[in-house]
Formats: sequence, C-alpha cells, structure tokens
Amino acid sequence: MKRLLKGGRVIDPANGKDGMFDVLIDGETIAEVGTNLKADGAEVVNVPAGCVVVPGLIDMHVHLREPGQEHKETVATGVASAVAGGFTAVACMPNTKPVNDNAGVTQLILQKAKEAGKARVYPIGAVSRGQKGEELADIAELKAAGCVAVTDDGLPVATAILARRALEYTSMFNMPMIEHCEDQTLKGDGVAHEGPVAASLGLRGIPGVAEAITAGRDILLAELTGGHVHIAHMSAWTTIEAVRQGKSRGVNVTCEVCPHHFTLTDDLLAAPVAYDTNTKMNPPLREAKDRDAMIAGIVDGTVDVIATDHAPHHYDEKNVEFDRAPFGIVGLETAVAITIDRLVHTGLISLNRMVELMSVNPAKILRVPGGRLSPGDPADITILAPHLKVTIDKTKLVSKSKNTPYDGWSFTGGVAATIVGGKTVYTNPEVQ
Amino acid sequence: MDVATTTAAAPLTALRHRHLLGITDLTAEEILLILDTADAMKEVGKRTIKKVPTLRGRTVINLFFEPSTRTRTSFEIAEKRLSADTLNVAIASSSVVKGETLVDTAMNLEAMAPSMMVVRHASSGACHLLSRICKAAIVNAGDGMHEHPTQALLDAFTIRERKGRLTGLKVAIVGDLLHSRVLRSNVLLLTKLGAEVWVCAPATLIPAGMRQMGVKVTTRIDEAVEGADVIMMLRIQLERMQGGYFPSLREYFTTFGMTEERVKRAKSDAIIMHPGPINRGVEIASEVADGSASVILDQVANGVAVRMAVLYLLAGGTDEAAA
Amino acid sequence: MPVVMDAERISRALTRIAHEILEQNRGLGNLALVGVRSRGVPIAQRIADDLRKISGEDIQVGALDITLYRDDIMGASAGVAPLVRKTEIPFSIDGRTIVLVDDVLYTGRTTRAALDALTDFGRPKSIQLVVLVDRGHRELPIKADYVGKNVPTSRQESVQVKLRELDGVDEVQLEGKE
Repeated sequence: MKRLLKGGRVIDPANGKDGMFDVLIDGETIAEVGTNLKADGAEVVNVPAGCVVVPGLIDMHVHLREPGQEHKETVATGVASAVAGGFTAVACMPNTKPVNDNAGVTQLILQKAKEAGKARVYPIGAVSRGQKGEELADIAELKAAGCVAVTDDGLPVATAILARRALEYTSMFNMPMIEHCEDQTLKGDGVAHEGPVAASLGLRGIPGVAEAITAGRDILLAELTGGHVHIAHMSAWTTIEAVRQGKSRGVNVTCEVCPHHFTLTDDLLAAPVAYDTNTKMNPPLREAKDRDAMIAGIVDGTVDVIATDHAPHHYDEKNVEFDRAPFGIVGLETAVAITIDRLVHTGLISLNRMVELMSVNPAKILRVPGGRLSPGDPADITILAPHLKVTIDKTKLVSKSKNTPYDGWSFTGGVAATIVGGKTVYTNPEVQ
Repeated sequence: MDVATTTAAAPLTALRHRHLLGITDLTAEEILLILDTADAMKEVGKRTIKKVPTLRGRTVINLFFEPSTRTRTSFEIAEKRLSADTLNVAIASSSVVKGETLVDTAMNLEAMAPSMMVVRHASSGACHLLSRICKAAIVNAGDGMHEHPTQALLDAFTIRERKGRLTGLKVAIVGDLLHSRVLRSNVLLLTKLGAEVWVCAPATLIPAGMRQMGVKVTTRIDEAVEGADVIMMLRIQLERMQGGYFPSLREYFTTFGMTEERVKRAKSDAIIMHPGPINRGVEIASEVADGSASVILDQVANGVAVRMAVLYLLAGGTDEAAA
Repeated sequence: MPVVMDAERISRALTRIAHEILEQNRGLGNLALVGVRSRGVPIAQRIADDLRKISGEDIQVGALDITLYRDDIMGASAGVAPLVRKTEIPFSIDGRTIVLVDDVLYTGRTTRAALDALTDFGRPKSIQLVVLVDRGHRELPIKADYVGKNVPTSRQESVQVKLRELDGVDEVQLEGKE
C-alpha cells in the first residue's frame, strides 16, 4: 500500500532538509522524499496548508501504569493518548506493579502495545531488582526481551556503588542508564520546592540541590566508567550547570526537560487555586531562575530532549490534601502545543530544533529507529499544525487520567495527524 | 463607651469572606473588626447567663483530625455561648489512613447541613480543599504547618488588651519557626498591623524565605528579646529531635530557652505569651511561665471571645438563605 | 426633608417624659434607666440628668447592645452584619423597675430583642419603655409607656434621629423615599 503525503513543508534535520517536499510511503517504510513525486497508484494525502511534516515524535519518559495500576492508565489508553499528542513512539517506565525487572513484564507491555496498534512502545527496564536499590536487575534479560534502557525512576539509583555498576554493565549493551536525580535524605518528606512559596504555604520543601547532587554523582561516575547517563526531567538550575560542565569535559551525559519545567513556577501552588494537586509533581515546580535556566539550556543546546514524564493518576487519588496526593501530571497531549507556543512562536528555538529535541535525539539516545525520514526508515511521521489554536479541555483528553495543570489554557500549535508504520493512527478533527 | 461614628465613611461591619482559611486573606481593617467584635463578646462571658441567641438553630461541626483539647473546647464554648448546636467529630489519624478520605468524611457531614465546620488537620491546605467542595463555611482551626488564624487573632487581642495597640510594638517570637502554623499566622497579622517583628530560632529551624515575610531574623535570643514589648514563645515539639534539628533539649534550653535572665533584657512591662501547651524547661522556664508578666492564661480566656467574634462575623456574612 | 422635632422640642419632650416617669412610678426608688444602643444611650443619659434636676436624686444608667438578639441579621447577605458593641450595665437589675430608652419605636422588634437581652441579665420587677418617636406600623404587640412625639409615617418613609452627642446636632427628620 503506497501513500503520498503531498505538498507539505518537511523538516528533517538528520538529512538537513527544510522545505516543500512530498513524502512517498510504501507499506510500513519511507520510500522517497523529494519534489513533485508521482502518485502512481498511491493514496494521495494532501497536507493541509501551513502544516509541517516531521519524523515521528518520540516521548522517552512516559508512565503507562500497566501492569498493576490500570485504573490510572493502560498501555492501550496510553498509546492512544500518545498519538493524539503527536507521538509515534513512547518509552515507558518500569515502576509498574510488579516492577518491570524481568522479561515477563516487558513482554506483557510489548504484547499490549501490539494489540493496541497505535504508538510504538519501547519498554525501559529497572536498574535494580524490584527497584529496591540493592542488587542489579537481570539487565541482559531485559535487553533481550526488548528494553532499550534501564532506570529506577521514581527514585534515584540508591547508592553510588550501584550506579557505578549499572553504568559499567549497561555500557556492555550500549544502553543508557536513565536517572531520576534526587538525594533522598535531602528530600525527606518534602512535597514542593523548598523556597518562599512552600514556606508560606506550610509545605515541606525539596531543595533544588537535592537534584544536582545526584546528577553530579552520576556525571562523575559516567566519566569514570565510560557509561552513558541520561538525566531525566531536570528542574533545577544547579543540575543543568552540572550537565553543562560534564559535557564540556566530554562525558557521555545527555539530559531532558519536561514542558512544565520550562513554563511553570511554584507560584502556581499558591494561586489561582491554592494547594491545587495538579501542580504537584516530582521534581517539583521551582522558581523563575530555575525555569529560565531550563529555557537557556534548551536554546544553547545543553538540553538534548523534551520529554513529558506523563504520569497519570486517578481523580480520587488527586482529590485529597496536598501532602497525600501522589506526584505527577499527564503530559502527552499538551507537550506539542506548549513547545510550539512557548518556544517556537516566541522565537526562542526553530521548528528544526524542536524536531531534534523531540524526535532526532530521543531516537539516538534510545538507539531506536526513527528521528529521520530517509528511504527505508519506518514511516513514523507527525504532521504538526503550528498555527492551530488549541484550548486544553481536560474532560476531552484521550488519556484515562485528567491530572493536568493546563486545563483551560490556550496555545497556538497542535497536531494535525500521526502516522505509525505508514498507517494514520490519529487525525485531528479540528484540522482539514 | 459609645464611640461617635460619622455616617459619611461607612465603617467595615462584616467580613467579605465565606470562610476563614488564614490571616493571608484578611485586611488590617477586617482584623480590627474581629478584635473589636471580640471585645463585645468578652462581655457576654462575664454575665451570669453566658449566652446570647445569635446562632440559635445553626449547626456547627468541630471536625478535628488532630487531637486538641484547648482549641476544640474553646471553639465549643464559643459556639454554645452563641446558642449554636455543636457537634464534635474527632478522627484519629489511623482511621483516616485505613478508610475514609478527608473529602468523603466532610461530604458525609455536609449531608447534615451544618452552617459551619471548624476544621483542624495535619495537612497544610486541607481547609482550602474543603472550602472548594463544601457548602458550609470553613473555619481553619490549624492546617498542618500553614496557619492557625484564630490563635493569631487571640494573641493580637491579648496584646492589644495589655498594651492598647499593636502598631510599633516590638514583638519577639522564639521557637520552632519551621514547623509552626502559629508563627506564620502571627507574622502575617502583626506585620499587617504595623508591629516590629523579630523571629529567633536555631538556623536549622528557620524556613526559607523568612526574611521575605517582613520580619527581622536572628539566631541570637538576646538580640531578639532586647527591648521587646512582647515575647512570644513557640512550642518545641519533642518529636522534632528525630529530625536532627538540634542535638538535645538541654542544649536547646541553654541557647534558646526563655529564662528570667533573658526576660530582663526586654522592657520592664513586657508580656510573655505562649500558645500552649507549654514544655516547661524546654522552651520556657517555669518561673517565667507562671510569673507576673505571663499572660498565657489570659490568652486561653480570650480565645473564647475571639472565636465567638469569628463565628458571628462569618455566620452573619454568609448569603445562604439560612442554613 | 422636613424636621419634625428641633433641638428645643426634643429637650422639652425629654423633660416632660422625666416628669411622667416620676409621676407614674411615684418617685425614683428602685428605678434604673437602660438605653438601647446606639441612640437610646444619650437619650437615657439626658433623662437621668433631668430626673436629677427635678428630684435631686442620682439614677443609674446602663447601655444595652441588642445586636446579638436581633432576629433579622442572620441570613442577611454578605456585608450587612451590624457591628456588635459592648453592653455595659454595671448594676444588678433584679427586682428593679427598668426603664428601657430607645430613639424610635417602629415594628417593635428592637424592643422585643431588648426585652430578651434584659431578661438574660436578671429578673426585673417590671420594665417600662421610653421612646423619643413612635412612628407606628407595629408588627408585634409592643407599646411604649412614654412617647416624645407620635409621628405618623408611611412604610416608605424613614425617621432619622440626630443627637448632638453622636451627630453634632439635635433634630428628628422625616425622610421620604421617592
């Protein structure tokens, strides 16, 4: 089955392309990208005016909650949410119940993803057995089953020695170790960023340096071992400083930032809705200085990836006192709008850079196909609508959970369609 | 005595709020209204028949998720003096952990159509959550580490009763600033009314952003107490030792305890305050707590009048067509 | 706005009332005045002064705040609750004749509230009522024992009493609402 995406602007940084091109798809792969391609029996899809054709976006930090917490999200609802957000692939975190520290859970996830037939799913396995931080999990088994990386996300790797071993071990399999950076003793029972806002609201604080201290540890260990550490969801300016210095020394460190950390600050905890649990996530919203440091890092190239840390929670779980609410917000369906509106339209970055952050680099870091539209590459394509006016309505989110702080917010930028393996798995009814 | 009022500038006679969630939401004018009303309420407590029919037929529920004798009984007496029907619901924290959520507990009580709920809870922001989902007016009797507005109001009432004013007084607050909701409410109230506030604690117990709250911060108790008109001691919770905030109670008392020696540095007519319960020999020496400068028991007595004032002003101001 | 009583008329009315009180009660023994806040208080004080001039005896005067006894404040919309002031009755009222003093008698509800409040303070032998102006339209079976002036009004009108102790001038005005 051939399909021809005709008349759209194509941005493909890996191939240095940015211009009006047609994209010919043959079955599940890209056949050709060129000008004035002949249809020749292919189904012609006219790309709507103003839309942009890019390699499929990949979200490398998503919690799909299955197995064990299907009331929040399942693989099926998660991948449906992903494609509605323009993502052709997601990498899912192992803090499920049971933890993904074995082939069985990995295979379950892959099976569910296959049945759903929407976005591709790349499971991430645990660093330690049960994510208990004591012994390494069977990482070779995880890799063989289909995991693309390991992490104890939700928690940092418990000790320096375990992190060292994990980095040495994963380097044998060409896998990154993804790290949730947070010194647990400094975190204590904190629930918000340690600063004047938390102090006036009477909330226990988590200082920014708790993140930087673990990041610093892991960057030095990556340097020592030659392993690859990927710093997940950065939030503090001190963390990004550590990464910048590590990179300047040639350490194999990469890093990601979530949209809420480059747009929101802890003021949101106080107003307009005081103690809104949809502003509670880990790492927490911090001060303007931290948010601005994230933006600066995105602009100057220190940041490699924008990922969402999509963390669905059931309404009942969030409808409690701030202290007791679980950390996390959903993000798959808001990331594109936020990124285009707040980074591209403001002139901070180009669409090219956005594609690097959300497609090219994730594919590279996870060592998976994608991030590129060369002949033979999987036909995973996102069609962006940079001028689409979007207002977030949490009741209309595809995800099973609706815990977003952006309900009612308006952005300019959205998704027109998502194509996985040549098949259109999502079309936005608001476009064409 | 009756005070002449002109009809031109209408003075504030009601709180423009449905709930009392914190001093944060009150203007200086509203705070003074509460204190003036409390003055009148105090007189009711001096009568033989200590009752007025003002809240007759209204149901007020005291919903306490943290144990408390003094605050709860203070509210209960206040409610009964206003002829309200009171209901005390004390929830041990274990039952919340096991079963019903805060939201469900409150919704179940709401079904009995209370006009007001006085709530104390271990989580900051618990009253904000309830105010969003309950029809009843919510009075914050202490939420986590956030605020304890009626305590600050009765503290202010006591200070004003003794000193005639709040503006320009030097008030020293000493103790666990980090975890104290009484501190936050008092700092907000005293700064709104123009007092000069000094706070003092070991560096480990000073919250981030303390200076931004408009107070002078020091770790030296002598500096805080020097020339003070009011010394307010906060409770050291003995459990805090587990957090490693200071090495021992003995060391705490030596460095930060209020002793008679230290009190001498304050003004000769300085008053000593404490929200209670007192840890004798930890934050305050017995001689100081029981001495002539201590107004600790006055605070307790004034608590009833202040709470009557708050309940009256909130109940009169709600626009539900009579609960 | 027509002035229905000027300073002189008010003064003469209060003096006349003082004489009437003496006459009705056959002397001042065991009598005390209680003014209903706010304007009842200066009126009570003036009557006490008149009584002292006439009889040579001092008479005790108290001030009663009836805000907490009113039946119309709870349920009012936000911002309308009236200011509560202190009640100051520094003597026992048990077994005594208490003369309540108020500025205007209208529906009678204020007087009812004052009666409730007074009985919470003790058990007077009897209670009498002085009003400067009776404007009619009673909603309860209440009558004044001593009236300064009867001023017939319609429900749309209102009676404004100004006293020099509180307002700088003595006069009673009838305000019509358009």
